[in-house]
Amino acid sequence: MKALAGFARRYARNRAAVLGLVLVAIVAAMALAAPILYPESPWEMVGRPLLRPFQNPEFPLGTDALGRDVAAGILHGASVSLTIGIVATVVSVVLGTLVGAVGGWYGGWIDDALGRLTDVFQTMPFFVFALALVAILSPSVGTIIFAIGIVTWPPVARLVRGEFLALKSRDFVQACLGIGMSDARIIATQLLPNCAAPIIVTASIKVATAILTESSLAFLGLGDPNVMSWGTMIGQARDLLRTAWYLTAIPGVVILLTVMALNLVGEGLNDALNPRLKPR
Amino acid sequence: MTAPLLAVEGLSVRFRSGGRMLPAVDGLDIAIAAGETVAVVGESGCGKSVTALAIMGLLPAPPDCAVAGRAALDGVDLLSLPPEGLRRLRGRAMAMVVQEPRTSLNPVFTVGDQIAEAVRVHTACSARAARARAVELLELVRIPDAARRLDDYPHRFSGGMRQRVMIAIAMACDPRLLIADEPTTALDVTIQAQILDLLGDLQARFGMALLLITHDLGVVARMARRVVVMYAGRKVEEAPLRPLFAAPRHPYTQGLMRASPHHAPAGGGRRLAEIPGVVPPLDALPLGCAFAPRCPVAFDRCRDERPAVLPAGDGRLAACFRAAGEAAPA
Amino acid sequence: MNRDRPAWRLARVVLRRLLQAVPIVLGVLVVNFLILRLAPGDIADVLAGESGVATPGYVAELRTRFGLDRPVWVQLFAYVSNAALLDLGWSFRHARPVAELIAARLVPTLILMAASTTLAVGLGIVLGVLAARRVNRPIDAVISTLALLCYATPLFWIGLMMIVLFAVQLGWLPSGGFETLGTGATGLGRILDIARHALMPAVALALFYLALYTRLTRASMLETLTQDYVRTARAKGLPERLVVFKHALANAVLPTVTMTGVQINSLLGGAVLVETVFAWPGIGRLAYEAVFTRDHNLLLGILFLSSVLVILVNLLVDLLYAVLDPRIEAA
Repeated sequence: MKALAGFARRYARNRAAVLGLVLVAIVAAMALAAPILYPESPWEMVGRPLLRPFQNPEFPLGTDALGRDVAAGILHGASVSLTIGIVATVVSVVLGTLVGAVGGWYGGWIDDALGRLTDVFQTMPFFVFALALVAILSPSVGTIIFAIGIVTWPPVARLVRGEFLALKSRDFVQACLGIGMSDARIIATQLLPNCAAPIIVTASIKVATAILTESSLAFLGLGDPNVMSWGTMIGQARDLLRTAWYLTAIPGVVILLTVMALNLVGEGLNDALNPRLKPR
Repeated sequence: MTAPLLAVEGLSVRFRSGGRMLPAVDGLDIAIAAGETVAVVGESGCGKSVTALAIMGLLPAPPDCAVAGRAALDGVDLLSLPPEGLRRLRGRAMAMVVQEPRTSLNPVFTVGDQIAEAVRVHTACSARAARARAVELLELVRIPDAARRLDDYPHRFSGGMRQRVMIAIAMACDPRLLIADEPTTALDVTIQAQILDLLGDLQARFGMALLLITHDLGVVARMARRVVVMYAGRKVEEAPLRPLFAAPRHPYTQGLMRASPHHAPAGGGRRLAEIPGVVPPLDALPLGCAFAPRCPVAFDRCRDERPAVLPAGDGRLAACFRAAGEAAPA
Repeated sequence: MNRDRPAWRLARVVLRRLLQAVPIVLGVLVVNFLILRLAPGDIADVLAGESGVATPGYVAELRTRFGLDRPVWVQLFAYVSNAALLDLGWSFRHARPVAELIAARLVPTLILMAASTTLAVGLGIVLGVLAARRVNRPIDAVISTLALLCYATPLFWIGLMMIVLFAVQLGWLPSGGFETLGTGATGLGRILDIARHALMPAVALALFYLALYTRLTRASMLETLTQDYVRTARAKGLPERLVVFKHALANAVLPTVTMTGVQINSLLGGAVLVETVFAWPGIGRLAYEAVFTRDHNLLLGILFLSSVLVILVNLLVDLLYAVLDPRIEAA
């Protein structure tokens, strides 16, 4: 408990990080409120098309070319963005941790082979890679998560491998080996908890990147056709850029704020989890 | 006695730390005549390096650091000069060699470039002339094959060789004052002697004044004519070399002498006497004499009142109630 | 011999990196091949479906023609060895070799990437140094806040917003395309016209990296300014301008150079978005078109060639680094 309080105090010292946390909480609240406030599908045509924001109190953010409620889209989009961002990050972190842990722990040819594999995945331009995967597998929430996860694990693998190499020779690990503890047990109970801090920091930034990637794919028309995504809204509003630019502007600002908030949280976590690094 | 080349009077330097200004140097007086060598001795943290930086004008800018007093070079007060005026003197009238030759040269420029730069910044000369002067300087500091090594990068030089390059840079414009801050501390013992010899020869040849900052009494004995002993930012004793070594007046100097391997009685294997206790941190300096908590002969007055630096016979100065002949209550 | 040393050093760096690249290129090809195999249905299904003649016989014939009936490892070997000869397959949509299609679109992408990298690195270094020199003052706060915003901005969105402002509202710049068609301009006139078209895409693509390099330069400059050699430079009596821009900056740019190599990967992804937004006829837009015509060969050809581009740019960056940092010795 005391450690947790210390962590919270260090985090709270970074005011920008607190702002980030508040914004993330708002986005999460939006996602949770979506089915309550707008129980109907956001694809539903509910009003006169192309109402400007604030023109009609029933549609505070206006309506698009087909009379769909922009506010409903933003709220439903929040849950899509957060879901894909978080799940894709989990996939990426699990894959990266697995590869990095095995390579760092066993070393030798296994490490070499996994290192090469990491090089290959890190060389391939990750957005083009994700684009090809989603296009070929046909877009859905599942394939988008798979694609983002599969193209973003290499940095996690490098990070975990480095931590493992550093921890492996430490006394407490050698002691565990000495009493005959199994590899899997040592990795799970000794090594992974010790590199949790950098993994958590990386993960929080990765959620931001994943949300940005998802919105970019959706903008290009590679969003799941069954769910409303902020990127999809921008992609569909593009043709109306000259007349109804607010349809592009609103979801864009929401993406910007969400991504910025997650980056701020990541920085705050970094400061709070590595108190040595940044004395202020 | 004529006017000294360098006259430091009442120099005080304070650093900001957690909202407070802590004194690193407090009311320091040092005078050096042209061509003279003066050693400043003390443990690390006693303010000797800060003094060097203050004279060179290389301390951090005001809110973080406050400097007071005078430091006159040839009658010009360095501390009240505008930055640009001070810059023109740095590297020309006064130069500095520091402790760590490994990190003091810029890794991405050749040594020739770094020496020639010191020449060109103060003299109007062509790149070719500066290069020729750089070769001359490398030869002066006895780097073999000087012309060819000019285009090598610092990482290709050993520590001792890099310190020679640093000296070459310092000598670029024939300075009248050379400040050497622990010039041999980071070097191997055999190299130390060579560097000290080089400094001594250069001084004899060009007649510059040398302010030698060190914690090593062996170096002091070898180089200096006069010695200033500092403790916790203040001067505690000043004396010509021989009398000081023969009979130190301040208890701190006496402790230093006992702790120094060069002056421990011969007979090998005998443990060096250490001064008990530690240097007080800057934010917890005692009210009276800063050395009092560690002093074997301190008495009540030492703890309540700060002893002034007073004459202690034979042209010596000491900041100690006992050295000044004050009677101690039993 | 002494004079030859720097050149030899660089040659060794190049050679070592090229050798390291071989297994990576092979790996990329294998991954590409695996993605193709992942696709539900192969090209024979797609073509047969579209031609409307989806009889089993016709599909089998197509399979034989494309070698799809051979064992997987034979197909893999054929794929890799063809690619090694830069034969990236056939685009059934354009009815032209993939390599040829990509080659025709390469130059605009290279122009775009060079322009935005130059902008991002150049301006990023200037802003980073400025912020570091005035650390914790208002100007530092303004620069850091802008960097934070640019760092989080979706670049396709900022591209669209720029079109709204500069093309639609103000009418200063063309909203897309590579050059004005039908003017017949040549020489300098044509270059200026292309530059006018390139300005918005290049800026849109550069913003994120501008933010990144600004933050990086600020941090490494703050670190470098505390180094002993910076004090040495001041002790020589060098003017502050030279201390900062020569002695400190020459060391502080090194992490930025490394980062440029790392970021080339995501820059190519950004190119897809920016080229799509601004109708810029490069390989990014070609990739977008390939997605919508389900031209998988073309898409994977682009993925392969852009991976090769990443390797080549990293080679250049390593060379540049070796030039800037004499401590790098080829092992």
